Amino acid sequence: MSQTDSNLHPGLNLVGHPDVHHDSSGTIIFGFWVFLMSDLVFFGVMFAIYITMIGATAGGPGPRELFDFTSLGLQTAALLVSSLTAGMASLALKYEQGRTRLVGWLLLTLVLGIAFLVLEVRDFLSMVAQGGGPWRSGYLSAFFGLVPLHGLHVTMGCVWLVVLLFQMQIFGLVPVVKTRLMRFALFWHFLDLIWVGIFSVVYFGGWVYG
Amino acid sequence: MDKNAAYRRDLRLYLIGFALAVVLTVAAFAVALSGAFGAGTTLAIVGILGLVQLVVHLRYFLHIDRSRQKREDLDLVLFTSLVVLIIVLGTVWVLGDLATRMHMHHMHM
Repeated sequence: MSQTDSNLHPGLNLVGHPDVHHDSSGTIIFGFWVFLMSDLVFFGVMFAIYITMIGATAGGPGPRELFDFTSLGLQTAALLVSSLTAGMASLALKYEQGRTRLVGWLLLTLVLGIAFLVLEVRDFLSMVAQGGGPWRSGYLSAFFGLVPLHGLHVTMGCVWLVVLLFQMQIFGLVPVVKTRLMRFALFWHFLDLIWVGIFSVVYFGGWVYG
Repeated sequence: MDKNAAYRRDLRLYLIGFALAVVLTVAAFAVALSGAFGAGTTLAIVGILGLVQLVVHLRYFLHIDRSRQKREDLDLVLFTSLVVLIIVLGTVWVLGDLATRMHMHHMHM
């Protein structure tokens, strides 16, 4: 049986784990994929609002005054590397490389996620301090509607990861915890995908046209 | 396929995806921050690099491809993209047109 013949769902498939690699977990993970796609529509709407609001600064500060590209680069790097470490965690789970390695990759993912959030919140606070809070203009309302929405997703991802780490300690790697780890990995990769849209459209689009 | 070969194959996919994502991200930052191109060209290049990166993430991190078993996942992401495209382009079109007619010069559509 080749790898590609046994793909049941998006994300890495736990081939070789008969306790989870069957049709019902395929259905569960596909259901989560449906949720992610509905979330994508939500983000799409927020992107549409942002694009129509570019330039609507009402005399307040805009991208030229507010954006910090050093911080943006660091946030992008943190999130991208965390996507790789989440992938490494999936591999450690699939190939049974031991609990220590799996937990190690997950903790690294968590630390990078928190680093991303710290940098992002610091940026938001500095924007507000420069008079660029969400109440200042339509443009900034749209910005603060979209970018922190992604940040909120990352926050929830971190909370989810902490809960999963506890569940792994308490219940061990039982099937239900394994499929949760697979869904977490999908969620985390999805957030990185949304981030590509954010730095391309929100930051660079805003910078060029703002 | 033995387990070691399968592991190396899966690992290679993640690493290829990561390397491509790094190159595409660095290219987007370089083009946008260098200011070497005009506004329209910059946005077009950043947009294309972004779209390519979305495909890279889907292919190498989310493991969505054209294999038979994943057709539903692929169909779903394509349909969702269509919905998002209609919402985004429709909004930008309608409100951009309105802005032009109302002489709201902050909009650049």
